[in-house]
Amino acid sequence: MSFLDALDMGKYALYVWGSFGVTALCMIIEPLLLRGRLDKARRRIARLNRMESNEQ
Amino acid sequence: MQNRLINWFKFSSPATFYPLAGRLAPIFWVVAVTLIAIGLYMSFFVAPVDYKQGDGYRIIFVHVPASWMSMFIYLIMAGWSAIGLTFNTRLSFMMAQALAPTGALFAFISLWTGSFWGKPMWGTWWVWDARITSELILLFLYLGYMALVAAIDDRRRADRAGAILLLVGVVNIPIIYFSVKWWNTLHQGATIRMNGQTSMDETMLLTMLIMALGFWAYSIAAAMVRVQSIILEREAGSTWAQDLIGERA
Repeated sequence: MSFLDALDMGKYALYVWGSFGVTALCMIIEPLLLRGRLDKARRRIARLNRMESNEQ
Repeated sequence: MQNRLINWFKFSSPATFYPLAGRLAPIFWVVAVTLIAIGLYMSFFVAPVDYKQGDGYRIIFVHVPASWMSMFIYLIMAGWSAIGLTFNTRLSFMMAQALAPTGALFAFISLWTGSFWGKPMWGTWWVWDARITSELILLFLYLGYMALVAAIDDRRRADRAGAILLLVGVVNIPIIYFSVKWWNTLHQGATIRMNGQTSMDETMLLTMLIMALGFWAYSIAAAMVRVQSIILEREAGSTWAQDLIGERA
């Protein structure tokens, strides 16, 4: 059985790939959003730090 | 014993938990990616074709683990809320909030993949069956919780209101789990039973368990990164947070 044969879902292609595809998309996007949010929180504190040191 | 008790309380402070979460997250990402990669390989190349459902049954390899996680994460969130309300620990509420979007995501995946399985197998995308309706209610509980916490400006009040909502909503979890027993549902009964009489091929079962463990590691990793963001957002004015970021910059 070749690689492509194993991935041929026949008449179920839409349903199988529709399920795995959306799941994969969700589980790739969420970590990227999480990284973005953490970076933003860190940048905000760095900015507060800079503002404070400028005041002094 | 005394030492252990002190250690646990030490990590209940956001300032000490933040670096721990930072160390745990990469470990769980690696575990998650490895297990899911093995699980996906087994889903398509190792698990045999089902004699009745053909290749269409492979949807269960994401559907079942996602459904389990959607219920499990909710229970963990309710547990954190109970601890938070009892001991008044801020971190407990933060943990519950860190898990919510991931739980909602899995509830959505559960409904989506269930629908994509239902269409070819039952001939319909959706039915108002007890199992499916109670899972939809679970998704709404997650969304309602997130909206409630976001809507209240006073952090302490938001924490408490959210925790109470979570604890009240816990009643939905046994309803989802036992719905296929209590009512005559279109959704099939449990394939994997607590008493060990599992009616499933071993390779299929193993694939499903590996995917479930992968999703479990993914949830922990996601929660660890999100709780770090929540801690920094809420403690932005504190000296420890400013010192920590100052050291890195």
